[in-house]
Amino acid sequence: MRTRDTLMLSLAACALALVAVAEAATPRSLLAGYDSEARKTEPAFTGFDPRRGEALFRHEAKKSDGTTASCTGCHTADPKQAGRARVTGKEIAPLAPIANAERFTDPARAERWFQRNCNDVLARPCSAQEKGDFLTYLLSVQ
Amino acid sequence: MEKKRGLSFALLAASVLATGGLLAGGHQGDVGRGLPPVVHAQWQAECAACHEPYHPGLLPARSWLAVMAGLPQHFGQDASLDSATRQSIEGFLVTHAADRNASRRSERITASIPAGSAPLRISEAPYIVAKHAKIRADVFARPAIGSRANCAACHTTAARGYFDESGVRIPKNEASIARPANAGTAQ
Repeated sequence: MRTRDTLMLSLAACALALVAVAEAATPRSLLAGYDSEARKTEPAFTGFDPRRGEALFRHEAKKSDGTTASCTGCHTADPKQAGRARVTGKEIAPLAPIANAERFTDPARAERWFQRNCNDVLARPCSAQEKGDFLTYLLSVQ
Repeated sequence: MEKKRGLSFALLAASVLATGGLLAGGHQGDVGRGLPPVVHAQWQAECAACHEPYHPGLLPARSWLAVMAGLPQHFGQDASLDSATRQSIEGFLVTHAADRNASRRSERITASIPAGSAPLRISEAPYIVAKHAKIRADVFARPAIGSRANCAACHTTAARGYFDESGVRIPKNEASIARPANAGTAQ
């Protein structure tokens, strides 16, 4: 009897865990995450602005080796279009959620690429404000 | 007496056929002459994000270790990975590296690289340089190719680990041709 109860509880716990994992993130839920983080870390936070996000997307940074780094360098000036990796020319699926339903549905993946690409362009991590602005801009692209 | 000779002949014929079969068996079309097929989900997902997944058999283990140790500055870009993923991919690359597998191609790549050298680029391995020596530099600049890093642009069977000339199709110099979308995961 006891063993069966334990088994039923374990199964129920597993089912709940699976449900939690199965609910993938959405761009909006990621945005909510950046919002709460920004509220905690930035005292002057007043919300996200797609225009700041677009400015970040189009920002061109001069690197020490003379090259220019920018999001548009790989993602092109239009985030609805497919981009190309530098040097290798490998095609990159569009960045704007309206053109690519997979974008910003995996928090770990989004964080990994923010970490890498902000380092490439800004030589530092992006703040929650910047990530939120950036995603707000991408969500505004129709 | 007749029986013995018949038996000897049969044995001889059988051994000739068997030897022939053994010799031919290693050459199963193109697979026998290529690099061994390899699979690793994270290698495919992470490393094929920006370029084709370069077969580990194209560089020795010491080169892969150097590449994986320098991911934050990976040919001018930050390609950092979390520690667990990095270690997993590194282990995979080392296990199947050119100096760890017996394919002819890998052995020749390994033999051409001086012991103290660990090139980061496949295109810098002396064997690879020699193999491409007859191709003019401007060919690599063609729109459909772009650079020496784009193996699959000409090596149409690269994804199968087969690099023989029979699988090579060098794209023409036409600006209207879009670059091939190399195999890999969509982002």
